[in-house]
Amino acid sequence: MTTNMIEGQSKSYQSYPETPWLVTFITAGDPDVKYTLDYMLALEKYSDVIELGIPFSDPMADGPTIQKANVRALKAGTKVRDVFNVVREFREHSEKPVVLMTYYNPVYVRGVDNFVKEAKENGVSAMIVVDLPVEESDPYLKACEKYGMDTVFLAAPNTPENRLRVIDEVSSAFVYLVSLYGTTGARDKIPETAFRLIERAKKVCTKPVCVGFGVSKDEHVRELVRAGADGVVVGSAIVRIIEESADEPELAVGRIEEFVKSLRNGLVD
Amino acid sequence: MKFGEFGGQFVPEVLIPPLKELEEAYERLKDDKEFKRELDYYLKVYAGRPTPLYFARNLTEHVGGAKIYLKREDLLHSGAHKINNTIGQALLAKKMGKTRLIAETGAGQHGVATAIAGALFGMKTEVYMGSEDVERQKPNVFRMKLLGAEVIPVHSGSRTLKDAINEALRDWVATFETTHYLIGSVVGPHPYPVMVRDFQSVIGKETKRQLLEAEGTLPDCIVACVGGGSNAMGIFYPFSRDKVRLIGVEAAGRGIETGKHSASLCAGKKGVLHGMLSYFLQDEDGQIATTHSVAAGLDYPGVGPEHAWMKETGRAEYVAVTDEEALNAFALLSKLEGIIPALESAHAVAYAVKVAGEMEKDEVVVVNLSGRGDKDLEIVMKLLKL
Repeated sequence: MTTNMIEGQSKSYQSYPETPWLVTFITAGDPDVKYTLDYMLALEKYSDVIELGIPFSDPMADGPTIQKANVRALKAGTKVRDVFNVVREFREHSEKPVVLMTYYNPVYVRGVDNFVKEAKENGVSAMIVVDLPVEESDPYLKACEKYGMDTVFLAAPNTPENRLRVIDEVSSAFVYLVSLYGTTGARDKIPETAFRLIERAKKVCTKPVCVGFGVSKDEHVRELVRAGADGVVVGSAIVRIIEESADEPELAVGRIEEFVKSLRNGLVD
Repeated sequence: MKFGEFGGQFVPEVLIPPLKELEEAYERLKDDKEFKRELDYYLKVYAGRPTPLYFARNLTEHVGGAKIYLKREDLLHSGAHKINNTIGQALLAKKMGKTRLIAETGAGQHGVATAIAGALFGMKTEVYMGSEDVERQKPNVFRMKLLGAEVIPVHSGSRTLKDAINEALRDWVATFETTHYLIGSVVGPHPYPVMVRDFQSVIGKETKRQLLEAEGTLPDCIVACVGGGSNAMGIFYPFSRDKVRLIGVEAAGRGIETGKHSASLCAGKKGVLHGMLSYFLQDEDGQIATTHSVAAGLDYPGVGPEHAWMKETGRAEYVAVTDEEALNAFALLSKLEGIIPALESAHAVAYAVKVAGEMEKDEVVVVNLSGRGDKDLEIVMKLLKL
């Protein structure tokens, strides 16, 4: 892979491997794209990496919290073009990496090459395509290589070693470890499956491994880092703040910042 | 395994191992003598195969063109072709040691067929159904419950079939060790399109044999309705290498120009959803459209990848028929032959009448009568003035 997200980015965040990353996720356009830049800036303060979801009509890997965020964003008329614009605006304020999370269809219909090019031009650092397994990813990998787009592929608790190796090879930024058998959504406890997956992945992967799905408090962040995670992803717990602030979306800005700050406590022992 | 560029396994990583397990089990069992014998037994003794291939004399005379034969999948237990697939997959799941079946359903026919298979093989069955559809199809919801299945309403997205599929996939991600996801059509990630096609191919195989007996020839043309595409692929596939014209009829709903339809092949474009690369009704960003057809079984914004491939290679033609044309055909067949077709099948009847009218009297058109219309009476009562 050409660019590595870790090297290519600047000094404004703590670099791997000294301190693990906090990766925070929101769905772009939720509840309206006019709030997304402020939400991203609120995340940026205490996160190392921001993951931004492109709203999709059929988010089959997502639980109710993020499903509803997708519905809100689409109802507000959010277009893919709007998401690219927001990243470009964000870039005027921050050099922190932005990982674009999407399902494959929006990429496919735009033309894989076009999509990756446009994303890169607007400041996206890396991409996660949820329903694109390695076997189907040739055109996508070619485009990412061509435009210097970093890639993140997912691994699950049932991913055997040989597949883990391939996933590690094609992921240029980090490998996303899905902590459990299920969809996104905050859980009370981190399941056993997460720890076993971290253990297996650390033996096989050469790239950093970030663990996500279900993480909702600083306790979880601490546990996962102790277990060897190079980064932790928090999504639904933040999206819930946006959902709860529906009547006054501006108030979510402060709440998001507070919450991410509290999550960051999990990174320091 | 793909159909040209169509098909594939566009799923999150977690589903790759269960799909592999399913593919291996299917490859192992599909040619197994014992499995075939058992499947054959249930299709014959329980479901009522083979179904007749009936020469519709009155309809043929009325149209004045080619001979019209009806393949009577409407006479199968549960009233539609769906059961060919649910018995096949449930038996496979049983052999794999699964104890639970989940399924998606739109109008409820596949849900009912799955509930039947679950009851037959003693497997816990749960059916996901969009909450919009739960409201519209109360008799089928009750039927499923009577058969021992649980119906789970889906409140996310547009609350219709595509969302039920999404919810079933979400369930399967967490439960694949004990659960088989019984997809109802030739859609989804590999191996589903191939597996469902194979189970439904009994329709085409029988048709070939029966027509040879009746007319001493192959048909000139076969017409079937296309939602996801399983009844059509079932009758088409055994004829794919023969010199037979294959026509798939999609739902034009209120008319393609109104945007209120389900004609994925006629009016959609290539995309990736539900694990497959195929044709979908969608906007410029790739957001999947909501669809409309008077026939709920045709109300799916995509289509099986093998149909996409047949369209691309020109092996089959795809056309669309409106709600109104389907309703007229529904009434016509009822009056002329005493057979009340499912609204889905009525789409095929409507087009077959057109096509047969332009053909010679010694030619033969076979229409796949994929189901009977009892389930549609409430809807039709409101729309047809008798």
